[in-house]
Amino acid sequence: MSALTPADFQPLQTKRQTQGIARPSLSYWQDAWLRLKVNRRALCSLYIVIGLLLFTIAGPLVWRVDPGLQDLDQISQAPFTDRRAIVVEEYQPWDGRSLRTDVNGLHLAQPATTQAVRLKWDALPGASGHRVYRNLFPVGPELAFGVPLAEFYDNETLYFEDRLDLRPQRYYYSVVALEPDGRISDTFETLEVQLQRVTTLSEAVQRGLVGPDAELQIGDPVLLSAHPLGTDYLGRDMLARLMEGARVSLFIGIGAPLLFVLFGVAYGSIAGFMGGRVDSVMMRFADFVVALPFLLFMILFKIAFGIGPGESGVFPMLVALVILMWPATARLVRGQILQIREQGYIAASRLLGAGTGYLVLRHMIPNTMGVVLVTLTFAIPSAIFTEAFLSFIGMGVAPPTPSWGSMSNEGIKTMLTHPHELILPALFISITVLAFNLLGDGLRDALDARMRNQE
Amino acid sequence: MWLYVIKRIAQGIITVWFIATATFFAMHNVPGDPLLNDRAVTGSIRANLEAKYGLDQPLMTQYFIYLGNLTRGDFGISFTQENREVNDIIRQHFPVSAILGVLAVVFAAVGGVLWGALTALFRNRLPDYVIMFLVILGISVPSFVLAALSQLALVNINSIFGTTVLPVAGWGTVSHMLVPALVLGLGTMAYLTRLMRSSMLEVISSDYVRTAKSKGLPATRIFTRHQLRNAILPVITVLGPAIAAITTGGFVVELVFAIPGLGRFFVEAVQQLDYTVIMGTTVFYGAFLVFMVILVDLLYGFIDPRVRLH
Repeated sequence: MSALTPADFQPLQTKRQTQGIARPSLSYWQDAWLRLKVNRRALCSLYIVIGLLLFTIAGPLVWRVDPGLQDLDQISQAPFTDRRAIVVEEYQPWDGRSLRTDVNGLHLAQPATTQAVRLKWDALPGASGHRVYRNLFPVGPELAFGVPLAEFYDNETLYFEDRLDLRPQRYYYSVVALEPDGRISDTFETLEVQLQRVTTLSEAVQRGLVGPDAELQIGDPVLLSAHPLGTDYLGRDMLARLMEGARVSLFIGIGAPLLFVLFGVAYGSIAGFMGGRVDSVMMRFADFVVALPFLLFMILFKIAFGIGPGESGVFPMLVALVILMWPATARLVRGQILQIREQGYIAASRLLGAGTGYLVLRHMIPNTMGVVLVTLTFAIPSAIFTEAFLSFIGMGVAPPTPSWGSMSNEGIKTMLTHPHELILPALFISITVLAFNLLGDGLRDALDARMRNQE
Repeated sequence: MWLYVIKRIAQGIITVWFIATATFFAMHNVPGDPLLNDRAVTGSIRANLEAKYGLDQPLMTQYFIYLGNLTRGDFGISFTQENREVNDIIRQHFPVSAILGVLAVVFAAVGGVLWGALTALFRNRLPDYVIMFLVILGISVPSFVLAALSQLALVNINSIFGTTVLPVAGWGTVSHMLVPALVLGLGTMAYLTRLMRSSMLEVISSDYVRTAKSKGLPATRIFTRHQLRNAILPVITVLGPAIAAITTGGFVVELVFAIPGLGRFFVEAVQQLDYTVIMGTTVFYGAFLVFMVILVDLLYGFIDPRVRLH
C-alpha cells in the first residue's frame, strides 16, 4: 500500500455536462405521430380516408355529371362498356325483303343493330304458322325460348322485325313452328344475334353528343356520354351517384360522431369533475340512454322528428345518432377525468393558484384527447354502418337522394343481372369502414400505451 | 348475493320504465293523426274510436293509462290490423326472431371463442393470418350485403346440385334457419374473435400457464383447463350487449330472407304508422334486452368466482 501524497487530494475537474438531452424533446402528439408513421396498415388507412374525402369533396368538381340525370338509353350499363355508337340512317319501314339470297333458314336480313333486328326464315317443315321468341340465354334442353314477340298463322309471312327495347348485347332469337290448332310443336330454329349500338344523326344532335353542325357520315362512330362505373336501373351515372352518396354517408358518418363525442366530452368531464351526487345522477341517466334499443329508437326518433317513411331525412338521422350514441364517450371521459383528477400535476397546478376552469381546459380535457380521438375513429365506422343499414331498409335517406346504403338497397333488386349496382356501393361502404377501423387500431396503439392491443 | 339480484332487477324495471316513457313521448310527438286513414272517420265513429284508444283524454292521463296497461302486460290493439292485439302479434312473431337470435348468438359465441383461441395459438402463422383476414372482412362488410351474397351463393349451390340443398328464403324447418343465423351472427363472431384472441394472448404469457407447463401437464389439458377457461371471461362480459346487437339487428336479415319475425313486423308497422304496434314492440324489445344483460351479468358471477356480486 503506497503512501498518500497531497497530489491525491486535488479536486477533480467538474464535468460540465453530467446529463444531457440526447434526443430532441417530443410532445405527446409528435411522439404519437412517429409511432403511427411506422404502422404501415394505419398509414395506408389514413391515405384511404384522405382519398375518400377528396373523392367526396373534390370529385364532383372534376366529374361534372348530374347524379340525378336519367339516361334511359344506357340503363344498367356495366362499368367500362364500349360506348361507341355507329351513325345510321333514319328508320325506314321494311317490306320483308332480304338483301341476302344465299342463305336458307333463320337469318338476319340486315346487320342487327339497336335500331332494328330484321329476321327472315323459311317455313319450318310441317308448320302451319310460326311464333318468334327472344331470349337472353341460349335455348337449353328445357326449351326455354324467352319472350314471345310475334305469331303468324300462315306460311306467307316469313319475316319479322324486332324493335322492342333493344340493347347492345347478345340475344337468342327462336322461330317455332305452330300446329294447326295454335300449339307450338317441337320444330324450331334458333339464331344468336349480337347487336351493334347505333344512333341516327338527328338523335345524336338531340342528345348533345355532337354539335348541330357536325359533319357526320353514315357509318361514322359517335361516343355516347361516358359512364366509367356504369349506370343504375334508371340510367343514372354510378360514379356521380357514388360521389353524391359519399357526401351523405360521410356527412352522417363523420358529423354525428363529432357532435356526440363533443357532447360526451362535455357531459363526462362535468360529471367526473363534480363527483358525488351530481356524478351519480348524471351517470345513471347515461345508463338509461344506453339501455334504449338502438336501431328501434333510431327509427322511432326519425318518425318523431316529423319525417314520415319514404321522405329523405339526413338531419333527423344525425340528431337521432347524437341523442343515442353519446353515453359511451361520456362514460369513458368521466373515467379518465376521475383518474386525472388525482394526479400529481393537478395538485401542483392547483398549488400554483390555477382555477377550476383553467384546470379543466388546460390539463384535464387535453389529457383525455388521445382516448377521445380513438373513440371518435371507432365511432365513425359504426355511424356509417348505421346510416347504410337504415337506408337499406328504407328508413334512412330516401330516393332521389343517394347514399351508399340506399344505392345498395336498389342494387340488390338487380343483383343477378347487373351485379355492379350492388357491388360498387357495398365496396365503398366496406372500404370506408375498414379504413376507419384500421386507423382506429393504429391510433389506439400510437396514442395510448395502456390500451395497446397485443397484435 | 340475493340483495344484489333484487337490486339489479329493480334497476332493470326502472330502465324499462324509462324506455316506455321515452317511447310514449317520442310517439306522441309524431305528427299526423292516427285515425286519419283512407277511410273517412267522422262524428260519432271518431268519438268512439278516440274513446276506445283513450285519445280523448289529456296527455298525462293517457300516459298513466298507458303505464297502467303496461304493468298489466297489455300493449293495446293494433291501429291498422283490425281487432288484432299487439300481444298477439308479439306472441306469434317473437319466437321466430328469438330462435334466429339464439342460433346466431350460439354461432357467434362458439365461433368467436374457437377462432380466437386458434389465432392466438397459431400467432403470426398461416391460420392466424387467414382467420384474421376473414375477421376484418366480417367487420367491414355490412350484413345486408352478406345476406344478399349468401342468397346468391345458395342459388348457385342449389342449381349445381339440382335440388334444394338449403332453401334461399322463407321459414319453417331447421334448414331455413342455418344460413340467416350464420349471416346474422357473423359480425359479432368477428368482434368476439378479436376479443378472444387478445385475451388468449394475455393468458398464454401468464404465470400460471408457465407453471402448468413446468409441472409437465399435457398441452391439451393446459388448453382446456387453464387457457380457455380464463380467456373466455371477457367474451362472456360482452355477450349481453352482443345479444342486444344481434336481436335488434335481426330485421335486415329477416327482410332479406323473408322470415316472419318481429323485426320485419316492426319495420312494416313503422311504414304504416301503426302506433300501438311500434310502441309495444319497442318496449317489449327494450325489456327483453335489459333483462338479457342482467342475466348475463349474474351468470358471470357464477362462472368467475373472483367476481363477487354486490
